[in-house]
Amino acid sequence: MSTVAMEQRKRIHPHKFTLWVGIGSILMMFAGLTSAYIVKRNQANWVTFDLPLLFWYSTVAIIISSATIYLALKAFRQGEMAKYRRLMGATILLGVLFIILQILGFQQLWAKGVTMQSNVSYSFLYVIVGLHGIHVIGGIIALVMIFARGFSKKKRSYDPVPVEMMNTYWHFVDLLWIYLLVFLLMIR
Amino acid sequence: MSSVATLQGADVQESHDTHQHHHHHETFITKYVFSQDHKMIAKQFLVTGMIWAIIGGLFSVIFRLQLGYPETTFPWLEDFLGHWAKGGKLQPEFYYALVTMHGTILVFFVLTAGLSGTFANFLIPLQVGARDMASPFLNMLSYWFFFLASVIMFSSLFVQTGPASGGWTIYPPLSALGDASSGSKIGMDLWLISMAMFIVSALLGGLNYITTILNMRTKGMSMTRLPLTVWALFFTAVLGVLSFPVLLSGAILLLFDRNLGTSFYLSDIAIAGKILPNEGGSAILFQHLFWFLGHPEVYIILLPAMGMSSEIISVNSRKPIFGYMAMVGSLFAIAILAFLVWAHHMFVTGLNPFLGSFFVLLTLLIAVPSAIKVFNWLTTLWRGSIRFTPGMLFAIGFVSLFISGGLTGIFLGNSALDLHLHDTYFVVAHFHIVMGVASFFGMFAGVYHWFPKMFGRYLNNTLAYIHFWVTIIGAYLIFWPMHYEGLAGMPRRYYDFSNWESFKMFGSLNEFISFVAMIVFAVQLLFVFNFFYSMYKGRKVTSTNPWGSNTLEWTTPIQPGHGNWPGEIPEVHRGAYDYAKDGHEFIPQNVPVGADETHH
Repeated sequence: MSTVAMEQRKRIHPHKFTLWVGIGSILMMFAGLTSAYIVKRNQANWVTFDLPLLFWYSTVAIIISSATIYLALKAFRQGEMAKYRRLMGATILLGVLFIILQILGFQQLWAKGVTMQSNVSYSFLYVIVGLHGIHVIGGIIALVMIFARGFSKKKRSYDPVPVEMMNTYWHFVDLLWIYLLVFLLMIR
Repeated sequence: MSSVATLQGADVQESHDTHQHHHHHETFITKYVFSQDHKMIAKQFLVTGMIWAIIGGLFSVIFRLQLGYPETTFPWLEDFLGHWAKGGKLQPEFYYALVTMHGTILVFFVLTAGLSGTFANFLIPLQVGARDMASPFLNMLSYWFFFLASVIMFSSLFVQTGPASGGWTIYPPLSALGDASSGSKIGMDLWLISMAMFIVSALLGGLNYITTILNMRTKGMSMTRLPLTVWALFFTAVLGVLSFPVLLSGAILLLFDRNLGTSFYLSDIAIAGKILPNEGGSAILFQHLFWFLGHPEVYIILLPAMGMSSEIISVNSRKPIFGYMAMVGSLFAIAILAFLVWAHHMFVTGLNPFLGSFFVLLTLLIAVPSAIKVFNWLTTLWRGSIRFTPGMLFAIGFVSLFISGGLTGIFLGNSALDLHLHDTYFVVAHFHIVMGVASFFGMFAGVYHWFPKMFGRYLNNTLAYIHFWVTIIGAYLIFWPMHYEGLAGMPRRYYDFSNWESFKMFGSLNEFISFVAMIVFAVQLLFVFNFFYSMYKGRKVTSTNPWGSNTLEWTTPIQPGHGNWPGEIPEVHRGAYDYAKDGHEFIPQNVPVGADETHH
């Protein structure tokens, strides 16, 4: 790894750039799914449904978590590690809360008869929202790993790049959720 | 960030000073197996791709036996394939499995992973002047996901009900219902799992290629000084990163239909008299999602071959490439159009003819950048001091095949003509010439040209010339007659034509095609022999720049170590194509511009 040259001119960090391209790639997957949704909607057998209130609560949770991770990065840059750890912890908890609220929301839907197999429109909801959830869970795992690093005694290993990348990714899954929510509300 | 930069910079400095020492840390495992060196990963992709190419090619020989000699039995086939060739006759179910796996293997495992994986990994850091990829770790993961995908796909060949057999396009409902055919069972599940791994591999690789090209270029290497190989590999990676996720989304919906009882693609189906509960799905939806990847995939296969041929043709004509910016611009145009033409694969699905006419227009527009490229290749060759090295021959062969196959694309792109030609051997001939064989020629050109850089030895020239001439003549003999069969309406994917009065006249032609196919396959084995023999026994490379080439990979030692340049990375002062300039035969990119030089 040491041979990876940093002799190049100062541009955006390569790992950060890789993340942005990766985000573009993930967006294409959701673009594929939401386009399929639109195509399907114009065909027979489409049923509309209301989103459970819990999805709105989960939206609030993930928006607040975007704020906490932003403040965590600020604290990290100023070297306030105790504050950084508190805010990262809060972000993780809010992320977990988001997932729990979504699962509970799906349970309510399932109880009302909006099950995965009963209609194609419902199936789309499960697949699209579920795949976003998997991306959030992936983010939570990464958050925990970076959070654990915040307790390290070795000061030299404090590298801002992973924390900055984590910020970017977390804001991305937040915005992606808002996009999906608006999409599911507007196009039905 | 700045602190990290200095930290890593210091590491690099240290590795220069203790270069010999550095190498002792590498064990066999880290050097050859879990290597993070882009050059070793490239070789891993190449060798894995070659193994797949032999398997995929062998499959085509076996099903060509059936097509060429439908009445004959081959007892040795039963020894080899067991109950799939009972009594020495290929069973219809297995015929479909072989066709499906031939397509899957060649399209994805050989011409995507084997081609991009090899040359993007090998050439990008060397040609842009970087010590390695942006993330060597992700790069290693990319290979190992490909390896995992390979193992899973390979194991699907041995399951009781056979591998996937619904065609490489895996259209539902055949792919969505386990009871639809024997190949729809576990073989199909393994296919999907393997492809999911493959997509992860392609994405990890693509992310790395794009970042490395945009972010890791050496001083002076502006985008307009990049060799065309790098430009082509860049657009290839962009296409992959944007289109594979869409295939993934289509495959996820298919997995749900297969295993979780949803009906994205299924509606009103009865199997063996039993009506299925699935309602409201649309099989056409899968085709849209599939071909949104599927068409860019064609260019993912073709663009690296274009880029390498451009480079090799310029080097061996001892002339600058004609119209560098036009070459980049046409690559860009092809990459954009690649995303806008997918429905030309679906003209016969009941697509709205008005919508279809848009796709016809966009499809025919591809002829414009393609013609620019062909024109520029020919004008680069024109009055050049051509050296017919094996790499050069294959690059010229690529241009020939691209023209021949491209012209039939104009026929197929017309929806009115496509109604007749769709799913006939005309299509088989078209795509085999224009993307299959042509890309193979690009790949061979690349192997012959960069083998000295990869292994410090040359391939044997005599074997190489035999390989070239038999392959190009053979490829035309195999695929040219198929155009006539297709125009006469002979459908693709059929197991046996001997029962149709209208196709009986093609019996001897099919036999001839199969015969040539076997010869061409045998010659590829000769290439494989040449490859491995020359790796150890080939003539040694004695100069760092044997082809007199301008690009940066030839400024490294004959066998570059991890980190590519023992000292500083060279600075770039000019474009990659200063051949026959101001009385110099060639001027490498790292040579500063002299006071007496003319400017472009």
